[in-house]
Amino acid sequence: MNVTYSAALFRQNATHLPVSDPLLTVENLDVSFGPAHARRAVVKGVSFTVEEGRCIAIVGESGSGKSVTARTLVGLTGPRSHVQADRLTFQGMDIGRLGDKKWRALRGKRIGFVLQDALVSLDPLRPIGKEIGETLLAHRAIRTRAELTERVLDLLKLVGVPEPAVKARQLPHELSGGQRQRALIATAIALDPALLVADEPTTALDVTIQAQILNLLSETRERGKAMILISHNLAVVSQMADDVIVMRHGEIVERGSSEQIFGDPRHEYTKCLLKAIPSVRSRGKRLSSSSAPRFISAEGENIKGLTQSDIARPGRPLLEAERLVKRFRGPDGRLRTVVNDVSFSLGYGETLGIVGESGSGKTTVARMALALEIPDEGEVTFEGAPWTSATEKERCLRRSSISVIYQDPLSSFDPRWTIERIVDDALTKRDGGSSLDRASRQSEVSELLDLVGLSPAFRTRRPLELSGGQRQRVAIARALAPRPKIIVCDEPVSALDVSIQAQILDLLGDLKSHLGVSYLFISHDLGVVHHLSDRVLVMNHGDAVEAGGADDVFLQPRQPYTRRLVAAVPRFHFQAA
Amino acid sequence: MTYATTSAGNEKAFVTARVLTAARTFPVLVYIATAFIAFFFIAAVEQKLLQTHDPLALDLMSPLQAPSRAHWLGTDQSGRDLYSRIVAGTGQSLSIGLGATALSLTVALILGVTAGLSGGWIDNVLSRFFDVLFALPTLFLALLFVSLFGTTVSTLIVAVGIGTSPGYARMVRVQVLSVKATGYVEAAKVLGHSPQRILFNHILPNAIGPLATMFTLGIGQAIIWASGLSFLGLGVAPPSSEWGALLNAGRNYVIYAWWLEIMPGIAIAIFALSVTVIGQYVQQRLEGRIDLP
Repeated sequence: MNVTYSAALFRQNATHLPVSDPLLTVENLDVSFGPAHARRAVVKGVSFTVEEGRCIAIVGESGSGKSVTARTLVGLTGPRSHVQADRLTFQGMDIGRLGDKKWRALRGKRIGFVLQDALVSLDPLRPIGKEIGETLLAHRAIRTRAELTERVLDLLKLVGVPEPAVKARQLPHELSGGQRQRALIATAIALDPALLVADEPTTALDVTIQAQILNLLSETRERGKAMILISHNLAVVSQMADDVIVMRHGEIVERGSSEQIFGDPRHEYTKCLLKAIPSVRSRGKRLSSSSAPRFISAEGENIKGLTQSDIARPGRPLLEAERLVKRFRGPDGRLRTVVNDVSFSLGYGETLGIVGESGSGKTTVARMALALEIPDEGEVTFEGAPWTSATEKERCLRRSSISVIYQDPLSSFDPRWTIERIVDDALTKRDGGSSLDRASRQSEVSELLDLVGLSPAFRTRRPLELSGGQRQRVAIARALAPRPKIIVCDEPVSALDVSIQAQILDLLGDLKSHLGVSYLFISHDLGVVHHLSDRVLVMNHGDAVEAGGADDVFLQPRQPYTRRLVAAVPRFHFQAA
Repeated sequence: MTYATTSAGNEKAFVTARVLTAARTFPVLVYIATAFIAFFFIAAVEQKLLQTHDPLALDLMSPLQAPSRAHWLGTDQSGRDLYSRIVAGTGQSLSIGLGATALSLTVALILGVTAGLSGGWIDNVLSRFFDVLFALPTLFLALLFVSLFGTTVSTLIVAVGIGTSPGYARMVRVQVLSVKATGYVEAAKVLGHSPQRILFNHILPNAIGPLATMFTLGIGQAIIWASGLSFLGLGVAPPSSEWGALLNAGRNYVIYAWWLEIMPGIAIAIFALSVTVIGQYVQQRLEGRIDLP
């Protein structure tokens, strides 16, 4: 059924095509995995064409089939896959039935492929210069050694790697993430392929590096090369693509020009995706279409018993960090200062966002707030009493007042435990929680799960059986169970798809406004932090660069670093009406 | 025009993998193994129920007889019924296997958990101690004990138990270390649970889980070690019919009477295999990969 649907779309689109043959034609592509009796269709009836010099973006959430589609175009779908298409031609050549040998001749030379994680994609034991040279040698594009060296250095210079002669002799792990990604792009464009397929080329990168890589990819495009860009990041896509294809569950739900998709999305799903992106404009609004959980029963009674509005709020802040310094010994034995003289305070019911790129020390700050790391200098006080300078025994009694939500909830659950046991275990740390009898604890667990939008049926499940969003909900339920005053959120939505991220952010926002908990919210995503935070602390290389109200910092940044950071965030080129 | 790319080889590999998975999850193997184990346990507890002859009765008229209906597994040089002797030796072999493994794992658990939990110099000292013990072959350690304390069943248990413990101890230590570093242990700490509670709720169960399989594998292994020692004449002395001792006794006649070597060997193999099959099944159950029947 979907086949006819997408085929019709294709035909409809095809009428606008120019007469000359497109560079790449994909017609009714099906990709499935697994043995014949249990075949799982991952891509269903996908059709599109790529013209010379155009950039097509395929966007979608995880499981939408966008990566598999990209891999089909370079013949790398893997041994268990079944690829079927009515037409699959590149430069007039049928690439659907190519053997491994023919693919090797084509891949790299005429179709370049850039993957997400350069550290995984580059040979860890081979200097990057050699890696790039390998591509050139494999396709016999180079004859002499001198010519090879020269060409490799040219390529490294082209992709903007500083000191190419030095870097060419270094191993991937000796380069920074951005340089690695540049090197990977150099291998992909070494032979000047007519088509570049880039699968999430900037996802693993910090926002400033991402901006540089996007520039580099734009330059490649300006040299007249066609590109297929796979990404879940709609803002990135809006900057690069001429045409956009939105995929969901292996099917194309909407396609059109960048202007149309981002300015006037027609399909419900596309609209949801666009609305789900947290940004300046989304502050105080809901991102997802889900409704707020019930906090108050019909009788006006506070059914969750969690509301803390009755808590006395003294003038002193809830959590205070005073000139924190933390040093770690690096692999070379030298002490590195990871956090340098950082101070902040967190009030009752307030949200403090901490933003920074990887290596900025924001997670270390979070761990010091949780007293999982003890600062080398400075001190954290919690509710006016010493926190990091107290003994672990004293802290144990008060720990239930500070909860944590991690980026990866799965690893924070004991894999043997059921959801009920996980939440119940946290419940015992509530004041008087351990004296509750079994039945009332069970109903508390159900209420907590209900609060985070999970049905009681989840109680008997184990963490491995849940999806990423469900796991994060359980993590939130666990964090809420002891009735904490502060929840430290360390990148709580970074591993989630944008629509799931929207639901979790909405949930966190609802809990904040109804329960009055304070958040220490750590993220690298400025939009997410801006969406949720009252005040913001910007960190760079262990220093607190700038602090202030969220709007002040993000809309009128005073420090050059903050300005660079804010400027590097990819923005929509086409604002939705 | 429609084409499909499917490689036949991969399809085949897929089928093989499925058969293996089926074998792992299909309970017929487990039933067979359970039947064998039940047989051996009856033999260990009440050998007379299963014996066809008196294991010590000499019958000089029929020495070295091949397996027949009168003597299912043949007879030895003195005409003793081999089947009955194997049954008679089960008790000793089993107690050596279970005892040695239990001892080995107890020692390993205490030392390994101590090393993994305490860290610092205690960990260093214990780890080096494991390394030193590990550097010596198990057989050598066992020989050492046997030569120091003589050849009895309890010596064999201690010898094999101590001899195999450093390997387990190192495993336990690494397990404890890796569980200690997991997010859920940290999450429990953040909740304010006491170290004792974290130890018993998270670290021990998760560190010990994989050891359940090691335990069952170890039983078979320990019986083989003990049999090896008996074979070398350092185990239980004749006329006891411990399986290793049987092997040792039959060694001189192997050219005329193959069954004297093969049959006790098969008994050892069947027992070790059965215990392993059950061990793997138990581990899969523990990990929740198989639904409870």
